[in-house]
Parts: sequence; C-alpha cells; structure tokens
Amino acid sequence: MTHINLASLEVGQVIGSQEFLLTRDSLVRYAGASGDFNPIHYRDDFAQSVGLAGVLAHGMLTMGVAVQVAANWVGDAGKVIDYGVRFTKPVFVDAALGAVVVVTGKIGEIDAENGIVRIDLSVVCNETNVLGKAQAKVRL
Amino acid sequence: MVNPNVEGKKYPATAPYLVGREKIREFAHAVMSTNPVNLDVFAAQAAGYTDVVAPPTFAVVIQERSLATVLSDPEADIDFSRVVHGDQRFVHVRPIVAGDELTSTLKVASVKSLGGHSMVTFETEIFDTNNELVSTAISTLVVRGDE
Repeated sequence: MTHINLASLEVGQVIGSQEFLLTRDSLVRYAGASGDFNPIHYRDDFAQSVGLAGVLAHGMLTMGVAVQVAANWVGDAGKVIDYGVRFTKPVFVDAALGAVVVVTGKIGEIDAENGIVRIDLSVVCNETNVLGKAQAKVRL
Repeated sequence: MVNPNVEGKKYPATAPYLVGREKIREFAHAVMSTNPVNLDVFAAQAAGYTDVVAPPTFAVVIQERSLATVLSDPEADIDFSRVVHGDQRFVHVRPIVAGDELTSTLKVASVKSLGGHSMVTFETEIFDTNNELVSTAISTLVVRGDE
C-alpha cells in the first residue's frame, strides 16, 4: 500500500526533484560501503596519470543517489523493482567544492494493470546529462 | 581485446555473502538515502519486511564479487585498467534484506567489438539460501582497445 493513487498519475508529470552535493568525503564513504577502491575516485595524481582531468565520482554512486528521488516518491525503497542507467559522462568532483548533481523524476509509463510505474530520471551535473536512459520501475 | 569465445561462459557460484544490517545502513548513507525502510528496523517491519531493506543498487556489492572471478580468468583476457562502466541494470524479484545469505552466478551474456573497443555484458543472478532468485544484475563494461 502506498499513498499514491494510480488513477491520478499522468505520463510526463514531475514526481520530484532533489539536489545532491557529492564531495570527496562522499566518494570515500561510497568506496568503503561498496568495496570499489579504484583510486581514480580519491587520488588526483592517479586520475591524471590515466588521462582524466581529476577525481571522478563512482558511476554507481551517481546511479545510487539518483534513484533516491524515485524511492522517496514511492515511500518504500523496496518497491523499486527494476532500475537501469547508462553512464554517459563522468562527474568530476572538485576537492574543495565537490559537485552538485540535480535529479528530476518524471512519469515515463504507467502500467495500470500490474500497478507498475516507470520513472524517468534526468541526472544533471554542470548542465550536462551524466546518466542516460535512467529508468526506475516502481510497484505501487 | 576480450576473447569473444567466452560469450555464453558461466562461472561457478561465489561464496555466500551474509547481508548485515549495519552494512545496509552504511550503504544507504553512502547513497544519501533517507528512506526509512533502508535505515529503521521498525519502519521496515511496519512495511512488511523482516529487517532493513537494501537500497536498489546494493546488489552491486554481490555483482562485484562475481565480476572478480571473470576479471581474473585468463581465458576472458579482460584488462581491468582499460575498463569503463558502460551501463548497469538491476531487476529485483524481491528486495535484499538484512539477514539474507546470497550467492551469485555470472554468465557472459555477450561480447561485441565496436570501433576497436570491446563491450562485454555480464548477467549476475543472485540467489538466497532457498535457491530462489532474488535479483539479476546486468552490467556492460567497455574495454578500450590498444591505441
């Protein structure tokens, strides 16, 4: 049971928008939580040695943060049954300033028969889409 | 280049991974979740779960374990220093909850060449102790060719 009335939803409707500040601290925290200790996510010298402009966020961190907009809308993160993204652009995280990621969710598709709604997420950093085809299906 | 002959290859199940309540909370904080079912046992139980629920992308922790088996397989010949994550998807039969003991099996779903690069898609199926499918994690890695 959720607070959402399926019949009141429309494709294209914005379900929420959130700004997330990713800092170097966020990257270290995610490295520890996920077990992904690739040094491109915490060492500028290493990132530059492999041709990157600097330290970048784990794609999986951006993916994991973005879905919060869908999870918060449905109220129960366990109702996200399918979630996929393409990693289109890196999110560079400045040591002092971090990086702001703006996530907006819209209703992409409504499957009324099965009570499943697809949320299409736009995930933007520095006016660039950093995830493509970011779609989360939630069961109401 | 990735060996195209590993397309269809299946790798043996990983050792069981016991999902801890604090691990879920740690992961939930890391992905900036404020969702009560991820953090609060009472909220999770009120929503019908036995314990806190893992965020939707937590299955990557299990996927990484099965990917490690293929990345260390000389037959597959994947140079990890040239790997970029192309895309990722999770399909959940049910959410992962604290207390789950999970194993995973990985299959190389496809190996494609594209402009000197290889694109390898892996499917990791995650099972509980009853051998019921919990989640499928699908990951495409782009392996840059020699330039």
